[in-house]
Amino acid sequence: MEAFEVHRGVAAPLLQANIDTDAIMPSREMRRVSRSGLAAGLFANWRYLDPKRRIPNPDFILNRPERTGTSILLGGPNFGCGSSREFAVWALAEFGIRVIVAPGFSPIFQKNCVANGLLPAEAPGSEIRALAAWSDRDPQRNRVTVNLRASKIEGAGAQIPFAVPQGQRRRLLRGLDDIALTDRRAAEIDAFEQERFVAQPWVRLKQSP
Amino acid sequence: MSATLFDKLWDSHCIETDDDGSSLLYVDRVVMHERTGAVALDSLARRRRSVRRPEHAFCVVDHVVDTLPGRSDDTRVPGGRDFIVALRHGAASLGLRMFDVDDDDQGICHLVSAEQGIALPGLSLVCPDSHTCTLGALGVLAFGIGTSELEHALATSTLRAMRPATMRVSIAGQLRGHATAKDLALTLISTQGAGGGRGTAIEFQGEGIDAMDVEQRMTLCNMAAEFGAATAVVAPDEAVFGYVAAAPLAPKESPLPCWRALRSDPGACFDRDIGLDAARVSPQVTWGTSPEQCVGVGDPIPPPKDAAARQALDYMGLESGTPLASKPIDAAFIGSCTNARISDLRAAAQVLKGRRVASGLTAICVPGSKRVKRLAEAEGLDRVFEAAGFEWREPGCSMCFFAGGESFGTGERVITTTNRNFEGRQGPGVRSHLASPAVVAASAILGRIASPGTV
Repeated sequence: MEAFEVHRGVAAPLLQANIDTDAIMPSREMRRVSRSGLAAGLFANWRYLDPKRRIPNPDFILNRPERTGTSILLGGPNFGCGSSREFAVWALAEFGIRVIVAPGFSPIFQKNCVANGLLPAEAPGSEIRALAAWSDRDPQRNRVTVNLRASKIEGAGAQIPFAVPQGQRRRLLRGLDDIALTDRRAAEIDAFEQERFVAQPWVRLKQSP
Repeated sequence: MSATLFDKLWDSHCIETDDDGSSLLYVDRVVMHERTGAVALDSLARRRRSVRRPEHAFCVVDHVVDTLPGRSDDTRVPGGRDFIVALRHGAASLGLRMFDVDDDDQGICHLVSAEQGIALPGLSLVCPDSHTCTLGALGVLAFGIGTSELEHALATSTLRAMRPATMRVSIAGQLRGHATAKDLALTLISTQGAGGGRGTAIEFQGEGIDAMDVEQRMTLCNMAAEFGAATAVVAPDEAVFGYVAAAPLAPKESPLPCWRALRSDPGACFDRDIGLDAARVSPQVTWGTSPEQCVGVGDPIPPPKDAAARQALDYMGLESGTPLASKPIDAAFIGSCTNARISDLRAAAQVLKGRRVASGLTAICVPGSKRVKRLAEAEGLDRVFEAAGFEWREPGCSMCFFAGGESFGTGERVITTTNRNFEGRQGPGVRSHLASPAVVAASAILGRIASPGTV
């Protein structure tokens, strides 16, 4: 996983509340047993006038020429709610999104972001709206900088603090592989399990044939 | 020190907690379906990793498999067959028990988990599906996870997680008349907002919960996903112990002293506390594209409070101030992990018995599992549904969501027992109204949104 420290890029606001993972990645766009090949399906219902024939909707923000190269999404409350599908995050990452700033995220979506090196940054809605208004004036020039080490967003002539759970912040900064990290705790896991099986033998099922 | 039920479940699975606050939790059971599980099995194989405890991991086909009679691996979902085949292949090569298309115990994964005794009080269980919290109704520490976390859980038998804040939802009074757990959940979400429980571990307790049967509790915990919760739990009682006792994977002798200790201590502190009076809950129906956009079946649509609500009204083809109760519908759907257990089908059948759905209406019933289907058929419920004009299907998630296969028509209005009314959830342009099985049945008969009291 790619480590995350500082990112500067074009921002695009999608400020409405409760943007769900069905909207981010419609189920019908998940066509292969794969983490890739998903970017074309991102926001398919909004991004295309006809999703089947891929006719772009010129009004959708990510289709507008001034938002070319968007890598930072400015979102609304409860961003990424709904289905746990990690396809939504894979599609965002493949499209080029590195950061989502929102007043709050659905817990599974937030963890899926971190697992894929995307930063889910929590900031107050009023600050996000100010950032969006500033970006709107000239998206290509008014680029937003997100500094994870300092936990600050620079934009609109201000430094906006953001929150990301400490454990998630550390994993993003280091770009660590979760399984490799946990493998180092194998002895502790084995010991815990043995104790659990002794204390509550019913937890342990017989080996499948 | 008094502890909440959630604290007890968390602490009994916590291997260690880092100085950054993240914990390593021991995972007793892993369940997955073809849609989000197949990718994880494929990635594990590529990494040449094995499953640490294959006897504790289970695969279920439910998401893209067809629910039409005579189905096979071929599905109407584009690429759907590949997901089924990949899950089967992964399960076989890694030595996992698979509830395949033709298995007598196949069904929606959360139903299968409960029926088979994969989920038992006091166990931890993860599944790459947001509605895994359904199993909290049995006193399970159940988390919906992503595919990367699934891979991690399979390889290490653990989940890395931050301890969520706790929230007590006290349900005073008992549900009355035609009000169900679904209506209670929708009322909770509409009064507190779809993000009202965001990130929290909810414990439902109180008179209203004690009086609910186990399946209603599952419906309530299921909808905690639409409330933004990390998970939900209910202290298991004798009704739960009875419910799980006969399951194939349950211990021969229930560890009752251990299970009876699974409850919050008196005086235990929760980070948040809210309450609701079940006796005041009436049958609900959603009018918008978020579960929080919901009113009593007989009530008018409220004025839009924000841009999202205006967009929702526009999508749904509705105007505020008008009652939903008169809106003609094109289709009725009974199914999903929210409302396709035997008690749900009984409730719908009770309304449908001796009646016919409105002419021209599409009506579909999809039992949640093969077991539910067998039980229903033994009681003659299939004949009630079919005589009323409902299709009687094979188990699966079916039309709870549109995956490119079956759908209702663009612009069609559907009353549905499912959990999500998002834009396009059931198909492009489809307008979904969430409700209980009884409301769906009553609406199907009258051809318009209706309360069961009016048929």
